[in-house]
Amino acid sequence: MRNAHPGLPELDYVKPGSLEEASKFLAAHAGESRPFLGGTDCIVRIRDGAWKPKYLVDVKGLEGTTGISFDPAKGLTIGAAVPMNKVAAHPDVQKHYPLLVEACNWVASYQLRSRATIVGNVCNASPAGDTIGAAICLDGVLNVFGPDGYRKEPLTTFFFGPGKTALKPGDIATSIFFPLPPKESAGKYLKLGRNRLGDLAIVGVTAFAYKDASVASGYRFRIALASVGPTPIRPTAAEEILAKSIDESAVEAAAQAAMDSCTPIDDTRGTARYRKLMIRNLTRQAVSAVLAQLKK
Amino acid sequence: MSLHRITLKVNGSTEIVDVPGNWTLLQMLREKLALTGTKNGCASGECGACTVIMNGDAVNSCMVLAAECEGAEIITVEGLSKEGQLDALQKFMIETGGIQCGFCTPGVLLSAKALLMRNPNPSEYDIREALAGNLCRCTGYNRIITAVQKAAAVH
Repeated sequence: MRNAHPGLPELDYVKPGSLEEASKFLAAHAGESRPFLGGTDCIVRIRDGAWKPKYLVDVKGLEGTTGISFDPAKGLTIGAAVPMNKVAAHPDVQKHYPLLVEACNWVASYQLRSRATIVGNVCNASPAGDTIGAAICLDGVLNVFGPDGYRKEPLTTFFFGPGKTALKPGDIATSIFFPLPPKESAGKYLKLGRNRLGDLAIVGVTAFAYKDASVASGYRFRIALASVGPTPIRPTAAEEILAKSIDESAVEAAAQAAMDSCTPIDDTRGTARYRKLMIRNLTRQAVSAVLAQLKK
Repeated sequence: MSLHRITLKVNGSTEIVDVPGNWTLLQMLREKLALTGTKNGCASGECGACTVIMNGDAVNSCMVLAAECEGAEIITVEGLSKEGQLDALQKFMIETGGIQCGFCTPGVLLSAKALLMRNPNPSEYDIREALAGNLCRCTGYNRIITAVQKAAAVH
């Protein structure tokens, strides 16, 4: 039962002065503390009783967590504390990473996106996370500061289950890096909610592709499926079909392969069967939309 | 539990408040500063009744910890009117009948205000998108949209 009182259970707010201090605190209070960014997931889960932290460790403003920087030779770095509205409004993101803008704009409502962050969305690892598909398709890599210093966590090996990731106690994701997208690339995020704006994904399909003369079809695809398994799913069988051919029957076969790759559950938002069928339909639509953009 | 002393600006005046770490901005506004215009609806970031403007942008105040607000500038519905004159948004919400029970109105006003601050000439879609996080169970939204359009025209 959701508690609609505006307050929260007993917990304390901690504002460390440095990454080292934050990491030490989080490691020393493993299991009872969490790094705190926008709070839009965290506060809901605490109110629901799903999470019971004693300490919320505010890491916003620590070194490397603020700002967006774009290097035309390397790529884009988005600080962990940067809210989605700032990402979506950034001219370099709009120009070079439109898929990221599209994904951000599908998250909840404007006032939630004033606080919600991409890094928070990724680290909380909800299978329904709207920006996770784009982050995977764009080859995102988290910059993490932990007890042993800095390391990188590519998203390809990051997700283990709902809320379970490669992060350990004392780890703080400070930013996410996206390499330059290949030239002549395009992406699409299709989200099925109960309404056009503001809902959680019943299913979501992110498709991204670029021209690649080394494969038979001339197009290399990356696809990510949301809300149809314990982690975001990369339907590699579908991607391989599209590397061979992109004619109508291949797109249909890829959509079927995406449907076969997912393992959804029945819940209040939809049944497993409905989700599988919608994955097939949305994959077909997303792949077709990406191809239409690339053929322009 | 320890108290956190924070200094912030609410509707232009500086406030110094001691708050427990588990208090939300919504609680602080209502229970410490007696600004009860900001409403508590769902307490989970979905209904938008608690929307205020924080550092120039609309946020759900139920999803912000009060202790995080050190140095923040907050505008609540109490801060919209100036010298006894209602803001254009308030005026047109009344004129067009964008209000029925009134519970969502403060949040709607602040979401709309934040929209007009960043986009003085919003399209109807821009308005609907900006208000997507503000649930109203009375009006059916059309009169609210009209009110924001009229306010934008004189903004």
